[in-house]
Amino acid sequence: MKKKVLSLVLAFMMIFAFSVTLTGCGGGDDSEDAAFKVGFICLHDENSTYDKNFIDAANAACENLNVEAVIKTNIPEGQECYDAAAELVDAGCGIIFADSFGHEDFMIQAAKDFPEVQFCHSTGTKAHTEGLDNYHNAFASIYEGRYLAGIAAGMKINEMIDAGDITADQAKLGYVGAFTYAEVVSGYTSFFLGARSVCESATMEVTFTGSWYDEALEKEAANKLINDGCVLISQHADSMGAPTACESKGVPNVSYNGSTKDACPETFIVSSRIDWTPYYEYAIKAAMDGEAIDADWTGTLATGSVVLTDINEDVAAEGTAKAIEEAQAKLEAGELKVFDTATFTVEGKTLDSYKADVDTDADYTPDTEVIKDGAFLESEFRSAPYFDLQIDGIKLLDTKF
Amino acid sequence: MRKQNKEPLFHITKRKELPLAKVWLVRLGAIVAALIVCAIVTTAMTGLDPFSVFGTMIDGAIGTERKTWILFKELAILLSVALALTPAFKMKFWNLGGEGQILIGAWATALCMIYMGDVIPSGLLILICFVAAVICGAIWAMIPAFFKAKWNTNETLFTLMMNYVAIQLVAYFVIIWEVPKGSGKVGIINQQTMAGWMPYVGTNSYLLVILCVAVLTAAMFVYLKYSKQGYEISVVGESKRTASYVGIKVDRVIIRTLLLSGAICGLTGWLIVSGIDHTITTTLAGGRGFLGIMVSWLAQFNVIAMIFASLLIVFLEQGAGEISTSFGLNQSFADILTGIILFFIIGCEFFINYKVHMRKRSGKEEA
Repeated sequence: MKKKVLSLVLAFMMIFAFSVTLTGCGGGDDSEDAAFKVGFICLHDENSTYDKNFIDAANAACENLNVEAVIKTNIPEGQECYDAAAELVDAGCGIIFADSFGHEDFMIQAAKDFPEVQFCHSTGTKAHTEGLDNYHNAFASIYEGRYLAGIAAGMKINEMIDAGDITADQAKLGYVGAFTYAEVVSGYTSFFLGARSVCESATMEVTFTGSWYDEALEKEAANKLINDGCVLISQHADSMGAPTACESKGVPNVSYNGSTKDACPETFIVSSRIDWTPYYEYAIKAAMDGEAIDADWTGTLATGSVVLTDINEDVAAEGTAKAIEEAQAKLEAGELKVFDTATFTVEGKTLDSYKADVDTDADYTPDTEVIKDGAFLESEFRSAPYFDLQIDGIKLLDTKF
Repeated sequence: MRKQNKEPLFHITKRKELPLAKVWLVRLGAIVAALIVCAIVTTAMTGLDPFSVFGTMIDGAIGTERKTWILFKELAILLSVALALTPAFKMKFWNLGGEGQILIGAWATALCMIYMGDVIPSGLLILICFVAAVICGAIWAMIPAFFKAKWNTNETLFTLMMNYVAIQLVAYFVIIWEVPKGSGKVGIINQQTMAGWMPYVGTNSYLLVILCVAVLTAAMFVYLKYSKQGYEISVVGESKRTASYVGIKVDRVIIRTLLLSGAICGLTGWLIVSGIDHTITTTLAGGRGFLGIMVSWLAQFNVIAMIFASLLIVFLEQGAGEISTSFGLNQSFADILTGIILFFIIGCEFFINYKVHMRKRSGKEEA
């Protein structure tokens, strides 16, 4: 038994010593810490479309500003996030970003412990109530991007109806969502409203996976929707599960987070995504100059934060690009509102008042009136979405998450 | 030309005890071989200098004071799980339910923190969490033990299945506790009040957890080595028949040992929630229930050896993470290196215990 102990001690020491001696000459002494350092914490790595979108933006922003990016991937939504943030502080980062919703509390914890460093959290909801000078939330009006992508979906369905592939009342969209909270609800609702703005008979079924990244579940969910008679699929979950399911069944797909055309050339129509580069550049510059960063920052079409990928002309209906362009111009001019209360009903009624849970609390207390002048004001009172209404025309298949 | 040769290319025999020097030669050889293979794989697959990759690994594990604390925190948790599983494994009871037992302890802790956070003073709350976690963990392990003792059910499957029950139970409660609604995230529990959080020692939030596990390690060492119960465990592990013949009540030992095993797993869950993460997710145990088995076996149930086995694994894990950050490599690459090193370290024990005889070369024939 004693030998066993010894053996492990020595095994360990040998690995250690061996590598130390060998690496002694190998450098590690590149101490040119002149560059401003920026830390990034990602839930997964580039295999997740969501994280890839962040990582690409992080690299782009840092290159543009000539600062050094330190990217930590595969950081779970637990104490590991705090540890990662603290290590990034130790490494000399002046500003640190995290990309996943569940990182928020741990980022807040780090912000409290390291007041001299700026902490920015994408998709979070608490910065405006937390009252910390160095903790900030950011999001984008991606509902506008989804609306535009929805137009592409609606036009594709119109094309199918015109071609006689389906009848008007078979115009059913399918949507794979991760969880049932506002971020996802806002996304699928805006997508649906976009589709319905061009295809009046459109309906939609939404199913949830209860995970942000689960390729098998997402695939299964997409297949379920297709078997249920959905003729076009979109998703708000981060793996390639839904797009590849569509490709293998030949069902058109409106993607998210970036183009999936390479993997799905036969079915990919278009994808909306948030381009985080403008936010990263804004926040990093502010941190470098010692200027205050907004507690809530909402990127828009105008800031270049909400973007659509190239349209796949092989799959998209004719005239899609033009229709999107027109709608985008109207959105930017303020003539068109995604959540115009005249365009949807809840339980058969048009809404003229709704209180949303903008200040996050454990009891989900509705606290802020969000309908004004005939529109639901999304991302107005905080950057992260709070549209959580179940509008008519959308059927939720399971809401257990 | 072709000779009838019934002797296989090689055959294997059990060795007698090897001299210590030779044992060490084998182990040293294994480690050198592992590092060489790692170096070749690294260069072949990434074109990077393997030594700077090794250096980064060390840097990632103990490069700064904070990293060292994190290493010891991870070590403490893994060791705690290994300590929990050891009595059961020593008794040849295949407790694969560590994951579930940890999770149920974590769940009990979170439950108390959420519902009693505003009502009970934090010190008392910590104690209540502790008791709840230990009891829940013990119950979770006792259920399969009871069935095994009474009806000789298969404990491997039973304990494994209990993991999934625990995961689903936690998933259910996450939906009740999630903030905001529908997000599937509980977030940090009592972040403002810190009710039910284990206190920091000075400004260090991990030291107390590490000390708890140190005490546990000492206690387990004494229990297994010097106590009557520890001896009974060994005897039951060697042979149940011998055990009953010498008057040990085998059923009772099984249930008692599993109660202990589950209780310590539950305690680990408490350490994680009350001491470290302050939240609950279905993946909180993070595979440690299984990794702990490896630690326990790697150390051949020797408590002191387990410290180093855990250290080895945690060191590799923490170091591996740094590789993906520094070199922009995928996490999977770091896992490959860890896998190679563990493969050699575990694999070399085979050559210590067995001897391989090659077929004697006959004449001019080439192999």
